[in-house]
Amino acid sequence: MDKKIGVYICSGCEIGESLDIEALAGLASSEYKVPVCKNHPMLCGEEGSSLIRADIEKEGVTTVVIAACSPREKTDVFSYDPTAISMERINLREHVVWCHPPNDEDTQMLAEDYMRMGIARAQKMAPLEPFSEEIDKTVLVVGGGITGITSALDAARAGKDVVLVEKGAELGGWMAKLWKQYPKTPPYLELQETGIDSKIKEVKSNTKIKIYTGANIEKTEGAPGLFDVTISYDGKSETVRVGAIVEATGWQPYDAKKLGHLGFGKSPDVVTNIMIEEMAKKGKFVRPSDGKEAKSVAFIQCAGSRDSNHLPYCSTYCCLTSLKQAAYIREQDSDTKVYILYKDMRTPAQFELFYKKVQEDAGIFLTKGEVVGVSEDSDKSLIIDVDNTLLGDSIQIKADMVVLATGMVPSAGIQVKDLPLEEPEGTTDEKKKEEEVPKDFIIPSDILNLKYRQGPELPSLKYGFPDSHYICFPYETRRTGIYAAGCVRQPMDGAACTDDAAGAVLKAIQCVELTAQGKAVHPRAGDMSYPELYLSRCTQCKRCTEECPFGMYNEDEKGNPLPNPTRCRRCGICMGSCPERIISFKDYSVDIIGSMVKAIDVPEEDEEKPRVVAFLCENDAYPSLDIVGRKRMTYSPYVRVIPLRCLGNVNLVWIADALSSGIDGVILIGCKHGDDYQCHYIKGSELASIRMGKIKETLDRLRLESDRVRILELSIDEYAQLPGIFDDFMETIDKVGPNPYKDM
Amino acid sequence: MDREVFDKGILVIGGGISGLTTALEAAETGYRVILIEKEAFLGGRVARLNKYYTKLCPPSCGLEINFKRIKRNPNLQYFTQAEVESVSGEEGNYNVAIKVNPRYVNDNCTACGECEKVCVTEIENDFNLGMDKTKAAYIPYQLAFPLKYVLAPEIIGTDEAKRCLEACKYNAIDLEMQPETINVKVGSIVVTTGWKPYDAVKIDNLGFGKYENVITNVMMERLAAPNGPTNGKILRPSDGKEVKNVIFAQCAGSRDENHLPYCSAVCCLASLKQATYVREQDQESKVTIFYIDVRAIGRYEDFYTKVQSDENVSLIKGKVAKVEEDPVTKDPIVEVEDTMSGEKIRAKADLVVLATGIVPNMSDNKIPVDITCDDFGFTVSDPSKTGIYAAGCAKRPIGVAGAVQDATGAALKAIQSTLRR
Repeated sequence: MDKKIGVYICSGCEIGESLDIEALAGLASSEYKVPVCKNHPMLCGEEGSSLIRADIEKEGVTTVVIAACSPREKTDVFSYDPTAISMERINLREHVVWCHPPNDEDTQMLAEDYMRMGIARAQKMAPLEPFSEEIDKTVLVVGGGITGITSALDAARAGKDVVLVEKGAELGGWMAKLWKQYPKTPPYLELQETGIDSKIKEVKSNTKIKIYTGANIEKTEGAPGLFDVTISYDGKSETVRVGAIVEATGWQPYDAKKLGHLGFGKSPDVVTNIMIEEMAKKGKFVRPSDGKEAKSVAFIQCAGSRDSNHLPYCSTYCCLTSLKQAAYIREQDSDTKVYILYKDMRTPAQFELFYKKVQEDAGIFLTKGEVVGVSEDSDKSLIIDVDNTLLGDSIQIKADMVVLATGMVPSAGIQVKDLPLEEPEGTTDEKKKEEEVPKDFIIPSDILNLKYRQGPELPSLKYGFPDSHYICFPYETRRTGIYAAGCVRQPMDGAACTDDAAGAVLKAIQCVELTAQGKAVHPRAGDMSYPELYLSRCTQCKRCTEECPFGMYNEDEKGNPLPNPTRCRRCGICMGSCPERIISFKDYSVDIIGSMVKAIDVPEEDEEKPRVVAFLCENDAYPSLDIVGRKRMTYSPYVRVIPLRCLGNVNLVWIADALSSGIDGVILIGCKHGDDYQCHYIKGSELASIRMGKIKETLDRLRLESDRVRILELSIDEYAQLPGIFDDFMETIDKVGPNPYKDM
Repeated sequence: MDREVFDKGILVIGGGISGLTTALEAAETGYRVILIEKEAFLGGRVARLNKYYTKLCPPSCGLEINFKRIKRNPNLQYFTQAEVESVSGEEGNYNVAIKVNPRYVNDNCTACGECEKVCVTEIENDFNLGMDKTKAAYIPYQLAFPLKYVLAPEIIGTDEAKRCLEACKYNAIDLEMQPETINVKVGSIVVTTGWKPYDAVKIDNLGFGKYENVITNVMMERLAAPNGPTNGKILRPSDGKEVKNVIFAQCAGSRDENHLPYCSAVCCLASLKQATYVREQDQESKVTIFYIDVRAIGRYEDFYTKVQSDENVSLIKGKVAKVEEDPVTKDPIVEVEDTMSGEKIRAKADLVVLATGIVPNMSDNKIPVDITCDDFGFTVSDPSKTGIYAAGCAKRPIGVAGAVQDATGAALKAIQSTLRR
């Protein structure tokens, strides 16, 4: 179908009273020769929206430009099939008439520029053509502990075929090693069976679940919907195709051998909480040294956890586990005394009630304190020195047996393969410093063995946990289609693992369902665009493969990028990274945004009307500016805003384009980066700031001042700062003076 | 209601962060969802938070993404000012009557603000927990979704309402709007009715309601929020003075047989977070947190360590026994025993923040849904009962990340139920 643009201008919500609508329409039809241009006093109403629909149906309009309110508003009214109709929205309300004086020359010029920019963009947009590939919807679950078993069952119950791979000979993991669980249901007072046996039975008898035990994943190739996973077992090797992966490989107890200061390895009677479960199963709590029943047992909490020399984090399950084990011991022999030495007793939610019950047992003595040492007495009993207790500065406790409440180490945090991360070839330290592209921290833990250019496993967030960094999106993953669940994701107990399994399975299923339709997953769920590469112009610089936060690109032996569209999250960061500008989406590209920049009308120098381009993150800074409009705050009318999917989309060529066309300055406003980054694409805003660090080169070439380019971080709720940010930048531009390229 | 209502999908009751998540995750997986919310906007409690622990990022950022997901997703239908009237049927086949209360504003609303301009009556601002006023024709808050005005029932039937009607150019005000009942058939139901803060007035000894400068942690969030009643400046209620010295009383009601026997799970981290608000506002400011145990589980420990390392933040083990007030300065005075030293402490502050806990909304506002609750009103999972599930703080006291995790899993359970029948 031939491209036909229709421009629709709304004159409602003060737009008509503040702007010369005829002039805006005239601009569309004369400057841009737009064949259809209409205006309406309430475009979002029934009549207005039918007007547009009628033009699409009867006039053959294929590209709709709506100049009205913010693109964030009235999305239900202005909604068209993106595979047939392209749409561009021009924000005349929040970004023009609500924050600039009405019937003013500068306000009108601003609106006219936005019309030009919007139409320029619309001219280059094309309807989306979702890629289609025959995909597989099987869910692979790696790990056969409580999380893995629950994941497998949950996926099967949702109608999916499942492949379950377990390294060990048996299913059940740590849960199968437990004697009992602490209370999870009302009245939250009695120990409970783990119930793992019946779950194992269920998973084994489910015909939708194929189980491999004693099995390893040799390699994982491909992408969501198209993963080819090679499983080795019994000396055989088999490749299965799956759609998505749940990584539920669990945890290992922190190595107690490293806790010599707490007596482990020095006295056999210093044991771990894991060993207590074994004793509980045997029904006797005896001292390993002499096989005598332990008549007094002391638990040392946070043995390794909450300790900067060992595990800086809290392992979450150990407080309740020790309370539970204290109950085991007391149940078995009411004469045995139990001591629990803790830093803070962490029994959140209804678990407090079980804590209370244990506290009421006179045979269990709990105190806060810092254990300074464990030593053996002459009679072979153990002496624990504790400082800063509730009873006084320094006390000694004598016990037959000491239990170390050791913490959780994620399986993904344990380096199994001796594969140090590859350093980029031949980079000197200086060069490295200059190109600080933040690298994923990947520990070769021999779990998935991904054949990804970016490394063999899920990137670690911290301490080896491949967790999401987002509070709002705990299943966000940096490797699309692969979702961590259970204790590999963060320390948690068995009940939490069961819930977590369901969440991760949902995400895995969602991924295959969306992928099957050629659609993106979170956060641009449903987006049918995807990047297309004009490879004949590729210079093998590898920036796209290195900078994609989601590991979308593999590489051939020549260094050409090999895109895996089903891994793509449509953030567009690769588009910003490419110096050759060969990466484009049908509705979003270096050329499209570049055309918007070039469409801005730059007045002659003597008109004293500077021009500034502001690139804004569409999720945070842009909505913030909408609020500025809604609150009727004002700012410089010389600023032209372009929303971006992410600040990481900014290609240096846009800045060069802007400045060489006489625009006086460019300001970029994106999300916070650093340890607590808020960028929705992990490192987009950080990459933008790294690239801007290198902008000097471009500016020097153009003989321009570096003050003309500024990059800032802004959270969505900091809208009140925006007018000041713009005005301050305009002041700087005033000081620097007009761009000498204006008159060229 | 002229739009067609979905059939055989999933009903999610409660549009806070848990409900939004369940609804969106199911809808993005390809299932039809109806989400209902009793307030006039989606977002619930998190919309009223200034920042999330431990990243200190604004909740509005994630809400913006979630609202965008709703706008893009044709599988999700939502109703605000709506509540469940009745439920009958069984897994795979529930009949639900939903009552939608009148907003007096329809979908034509463009949020242009003309009605607000002519409105003079002010009502208590519910979004800011009654700490300030709003016009009776109002948008609940700056980033509210849906972005449509609400007319408070207080002015309905008055000339003022008529003036609002006349001011509206878009035929968006409908003063004749009546409560409406919508009947829907759904395959499964997820209860995400969330929580409310424990009523601090009941904690007699801590002086809330008696002394102006004793506030709760949820009020603190509004005071610190840029869109709050003080535009983000933490000012004390009695005299509007910027606070220099703040005391946090942990377990205000929680872990207490006389109030809430359970631990509310979020208050330790919330107070550590709020300590950073106070410290950020003024370099010289001082914070003292009186606690029983600091419960910063998992990697949240890092945040605890960070806040602890600030020398102007003191953490003292001890439960606040009593709060009094200096009648002249209105400074609250806290009485507490330092558990470690046994020493009795009397400390004066500009402001005392009570770390009040989480009470499930189901504790006294039971919705007519067949789901088992414990003595406190939290729902209990019963594997033998399928079709109706719960997630988030309806189920147990839990932080935002945990609630979202739980809500994602609940979406799967709900999907399984629609497939079974």
